[in-house]
Amino acid sequence: MSEHDYRPKSKVGQWFNDRLPLLTLANHLTDYPTPKNLNYWWTFGGILTFCLITQIVTGLTLAMHYIAHADMAFESVEHIMRDVNYGWLIRYIHANGASMFFLAVYIHIFRSLFYGSYKSPREIIWILGIIIYLLMMAAAFMGYVLPWGQMSFWGATVITNLFSAIPLVGEGIVTWLWGGYSVDNPTLTRFFTLHYLIPFLILGLVVLHIWALHVPGNNNPVGIDIKKPSKDTVPFHPYIVIKDGFALLMFMIVFAFFVFYAPNILGHADNYIEANPMVTPAHIVPEWYLLPFYAILRSVPDKLLGVVAMLSAILILAVLPWLDTSKIRSAVFRPLYKQFYWILVADVLILGYVGAMPAEGLYLLIARVATAYYFLHFLVILPVLGFKEKTLPVPLSITEPVLGGSPNLAAARNKESKIE
Amino acid sequence: MKSLFKLLSIIIIIIASNSYSLAAEKSEYLKTDWSFKGLFGKFDRASLQRGYQVYTEVCASCHSMKYLSYRNLAEPGGPEFSEVQAKAIAASFEVTDGPNSDGEMFTRPGKLSDKFVMPYDNVKAAQAANGGAYPPDMSVLVKARGGGVDYIYSLLQGYEEAPSNVSLDDGVYYNKYMYGNKIRMAAPLSDGLVEYGDGTNATVEQMSKDVTTFLMWSAEPHLEARHQMGFKAIVYLIILTVLVYFSMKKIWSRVESEV
Repeated sequence: MSEHDYRPKSKVGQWFNDRLPLLTLANHLTDYPTPKNLNYWWTFGGILTFCLITQIVTGLTLAMHYIAHADMAFESVEHIMRDVNYGWLIRYIHANGASMFFLAVYIHIFRSLFYGSYKSPREIIWILGIIIYLLMMAAAFMGYVLPWGQMSFWGATVITNLFSAIPLVGEGIVTWLWGGYSVDNPTLTRFFTLHYLIPFLILGLVVLHIWALHVPGNNNPVGIDIKKPSKDTVPFHPYIVIKDGFALLMFMIVFAFFVFYAPNILGHADNYIEANPMVTPAHIVPEWYLLPFYAILRSVPDKLLGVVAMLSAILILAVLPWLDTSKIRSAVFRPLYKQFYWILVADVLILGYVGAMPAEGLYLLIARVATAYYFLHFLVILPVLGFKEKTLPVPLSITEPVLGGSPNLAAARNKESKIE
Repeated sequence: MKSLFKLLSIIIIIIASNSYSLAAEKSEYLKTDWSFKGLFGKFDRASLQRGYQVYTEVCASCHSMKYLSYRNLAEPGGPEFSEVQAKAIAASFEVTDGPNSDGEMFTRPGKLSDKFVMPYDNVKAAQAANGGAYPPDMSVLVKARGGGVDYIYSLLQGYEEAPSNVSLDDGVYYNKYMYGNKIRMAAPLSDGLVEYGDGTNATVEQMSKDVTTFLMWSAEPHLEARHQMGFKAIVYLIILTVLVYFSMKKIWSRVESEV
C-alpha cells in the first residue's frame, strides 16, 4: 500500500494524523519496501543506531557522576568505577561501546564501497554518512580526553597541536582551542561540553541519513534499481526488523564479551595513570580506530602537509561518487574493482598496524607506500577503472539471481552448465 | 548465512590475533595461575587477606592507595574481612580530621568510611623521602602497566645483580623486568618478611602472588560481579539469538529468498 493513501482506522487516529501525520510516518517505516536480497552486511545500519543510542544513554548516566575538572576528573572516574551502583558496567559499556561503534561503522562504510552504495542517486546519503563519521571521530577523541589520564592529556596535546601547522594563524588557533597556553582545565571543560553536544548532532544527521535513504530506497547486493514495491521487495516489518534484530544480537554477544571479560584490552594502560604535564609517555598513540589516519599523518615529513594529507584522506571520501566513474554499482559485476577493493581493505589495515608502531625505519617506509597507495586508489585507479573495466552482465531484476541461488548470475550459470 | 560466517570469522581472527600478540608480549614475564582469570574467575579470599597484610606492612610505607576506603575491605567480592575486623583495621590508623568547633585540626582513630591513610602528605614529600622518585599510587596500578598482574608479579621477583656492563647510580637497582632495567625501589620483599597469620610460608614468590592479587582487586573491586553478570548476560544473549534465528527462518519462509 502506498503511504500517501494511508488512513488510520480509528477516529482518534484520523483526527491526530490529520494534524500531525506521525501515524503516516510509522506506517511508512513499517511498510517501507526493502530489497529482499540484502545480506548481513546490510544489518550494520541498525546496529549503528543501537550503538548511538547505547552511547547516549550510558553517556548521560556517566555525566551525572563525572566531574569535568582537571583536579577531579580522574578521581570521579574511579568513583564511578568503585562506588556508583553498576558504574563499572556503565563505564565499560560506554568505553567499549565507542570501539564497537567504530567497528560497525567501518564495516558499514566498506559495505558501501563494495556494493557501490555511494553512487547516484545515493550521493547525499553517502555525504551525510561521511559527516557523521567525522563527528564520530571528534566525539570519540574528546571522550577519550575526559578521564584525564596520561593518554587523554598527551593525545589532546598532540592532536590540538596539529592546528599550529596552519600558517600565520595556527598558534593563535591552538591557544583559542586550549583556552590557555597548554592543555588544562579550560580544555577539559570545553571538550566535555562538545562531547555532550556532538552525539545529538549525530542523531539529527542520522535522521537525515535515513530520510535520504528512504527516497531512493536501499541499494542491494546486485546493485540494480528495483521497482518498489514489487516481488523484489519485502516490507521492512517484519522481515528486515527480525533480520536486523538477529544480527544485532550476534553483535551484542561480541560486545558483551569485551565489556565483561576484556574491558581494558582496547584501551591503553597509560590512561590509568593520572594526567601529568611533566611526564611524557614513551609512545603516544590514539585509539585503534584512528590509527590509519595517524599513520598517514606521520608518513608525511612536513607537519602542515601531513595534516593536509590526513584530512584529505577522509574528505576524499566525500567526492567518491564522482571519482568512481563506473556506472555499475556492485563489485559482484566488476571483476577488476573487486580485486582493487580488497587491496584497499588490506592497505587500510596495514596503515592501522603501522600507525600503532613507532614512526621509524621499515614502519615509516611501509606507512609511506600505504599512504601513497590509498590516494592512488581513489584518485587514479577508480576514475580509470570506470572506463577500462569489462564488467559482467547485470541481471534485470533481483528475483532472477535469487532464484539462481547466487547474486552472481554469471557464476551461477557457469556452475549449471558444468553440472550438465 | 555465508557472509555472516565470513564476518564472524573476521571478528574471531581479529580477537585471536590481538590476544596472540598480547600473549607473546606477556610470555617474557613469570607465570602463575591467577584464580581471577577466566570466565568464572574469582579472587582467592585468603590470598587477598594475605595480600592486604603485605601491602599494609611493606608497600604502604611508601605507596598510597588513595581511592580505597577501609569499608572496601569488608565488602563482598574483596578480601571480605568481617566488619569487626575491618573496623579494627581502620581504627589502627590515625586520621587527621577537623577543623573542630575551635577551628583546630585533630587526629582520631580511623573509621570504615575513611580513605586509606596516605604515607606522605603530598607528592613533593614523597619524592623527597625517596631520592626524587615518586612511589606511584597503587589503587589502579595493575591496570596502568602494560603487562598487568604478570608484570607486577615478575617485577617483585626480578631483582638481580646488575650485569657488569650496567653501571648503577646510588639508590638505583637492577630489575630484569623493569622498563630500562633500572628501578628506584629497592627489592621490597625478602623471605619471611611478614608473618602470615594462617601459617602460609612467606616466600618472596608467595608474597608477590598475594600482594599482586590484592592489587588486582584494588584496581577492579567489582571483578567477581562482572564475571558473574557477564556469564549470565552472554548465556541469555545466546539463547535469545537462537530463538530469534528460528523466528527469522519462519518469517522468511513466506518469501522465496534465503536468509
